[in-house]
Amino acid sequence: MKAAIEVQGVEKRFGSFVALAGISVSIAQGEFFALLGPNGAGKTTLISALAGLTRASAGTLRVMGHDVVSDYRAARRALGIVPQEIVFDPFFSVRETLRFQAGYFGIARGAALDNWIDELLAKLSLSDKADQNMRQLSGGMKRRVLVAQALVHRPPVIVLDEPTAGVDVELRQTLWAFIRELNAAGHTILLTTHYLEEAQQLCSRIAMMKLGKIVAMDTTDHLLNAFSERVLRVKIDGDLPASQAQARTRHAGAWHHFTIHDLSEVETRLAALREAGAHITNLEVAEPDLEEVFINVMNK
Amino acid sequence: MIGFQTLLLKEILRFWKVGFQTVAAPVLTALLYLFIFSHVMSGSNAAFPGITYEQFLIPGLAMMSMLQNAFANTSSSLIQSKITGNILFILLPPLSHWNFYGAYLIAAVVRALAVGLGVFLVGIFVANVPVHSVVWIVVFALLGSGLLAALGLIAGLWADKFDQLAAFQNFIIMPLTFLSGVFYSIRSLPDFWQGLSHVNPFFYMIDGFRYGFFGKADVSVWLSFGVTAGAFFCLSVVTLYLLKSGYKLRQ
Repeated sequence: MKAAIEVQGVEKRFGSFVALAGISVSIAQGEFFALLGPNGAGKTTLISALAGLTRASAGTLRVMGHDVVSDYRAARRALGIVPQEIVFDPFFSVRETLRFQAGYFGIARGAALDNWIDELLAKLSLSDKADQNMRQLSGGMKRRVLVAQALVHRPPVIVLDEPTAGVDVELRQTLWAFIRELNAAGHTILLTTHYLEEAQQLCSRIAMMKLGKIVAMDTTDHLLNAFSERVLRVKIDGDLPASQAQARTRHAGAWHHFTIHDLSEVETRLAALREAGAHITNLEVAEPDLEEVFINVMNK
Repeated sequence: MIGFQTLLLKEILRFWKVGFQTVAAPVLTALLYLFIFSHVMSGSNAAFPGITYEQFLIPGLAMMSMLQNAFANTSSSLIQSKITGNILFILLPPLSHWNFYGAYLIAAVVRALAVGLGVFLVGIFVANVPVHSVVWIVVFALLGSGLLAALGLIAGLWADKFDQLAAFQNFIIMPLTFLSGVFYSIRSLPDFWQGLSHVNPFFYMIDGFRYGFFGKADVSVWLSFGVTAGAFFCLSVVTLYLLKSGYKLRQ
């Protein structure tokens, strides 16, 4: 089966500045893939190259097997992009905006399109705003319209470039529920976000970018296991007995952290602490955390 | 084809939704010109025998309004989309440079024709304007507004801010239109200014358009047609090249 997104040796230079320094990544159909990295890492440039908004200086990009330059029409039809910035056309209503966007992709007006638009509006809790002008919508609602615009031509590959930046909790939940549903129905999702817990919960595979390069790429589980560990946090009344200090990884106030590799070590560590005379007042076990993975990878 | 039709419809609705500003206002401006100039110049020698100054002025005003509005439509639509960022909505879909060019150009011509017709209709209440050749009137109306629509596309692509576009409009378009013989026949000018008018393509658009009404013009209608059609062709080639190369649209 052809890859949903195939990027081979892509470079992008703006004068002497190298925005992408030889990126290669293949995303299979049906994957939920996260592209993470600090600001300026090149995530948006890569998405722009995929969308044909930026022309790569070297390398090739394909969407559902279609080259984004030589076969741009088919590539763009296969791609739906939710941009990072909130943009809108102030002349039109929500429904008009969606009809136009569908039309640009060659979808004729008619009952089939109107039904799909109604379904999209319902899924994104926008039904009551359908005939309102875009200017009258709040920022969060405009972002939902951007999501609907990206989906209105039913693309098999959906790219979300920081879709939840500055968005309230309710919209995030609505949005992720819908995107999960689309992914379950076979759509490939490529997500960039600064909310790492979202990527950890949603994505099956993650690539991390730094200075225009991919510095880590693996399944979410593998990355968590390779760069992060389960931690036992114990709150102790008084000082930590000297015999236990060596095993401690760090401490913050009365909380002391111990690395554990599996849950059976919890009991062993607690017994050792009690035996050494520590008075334990509270404890918690923290699972591997993508934020820690991210920091470790970026600082490597 | 649906993509092109949709973009065309969007561009037409864009100006139609603010029709007071994009159609009614230019008609009113032309009407004010007509009242003021016909009052001031009343009784002065008309350019052609048997034609009053008011009759002479109306086709020129109609054409001037068409040219200015064709330019304003494409240029303002593009610069607004670029500055607000919603140009993205037409860059992401599989629209070709031909789709882009055709939709923007035709919408601008539609607005220009609406304005031109409006000026003509209010003008005939002031003076009875004869019609010598509908074909030439239509040919020059289409070519002239198409030419300015293409120029508006180039200006809209080139400009990064409203200031630059205003400079283009005020320092290039306005002088060329006002010095093209809208308000006078260039025969009334001294030799030097007459010679200079002959290198102004706007003069040929106005003169050819006026020929369609009176059957008389300062230069041969075929020369005017050749210059207007040639300029339209050249600007269209440049516009299509810029759109295809993604000039200031795709990095």
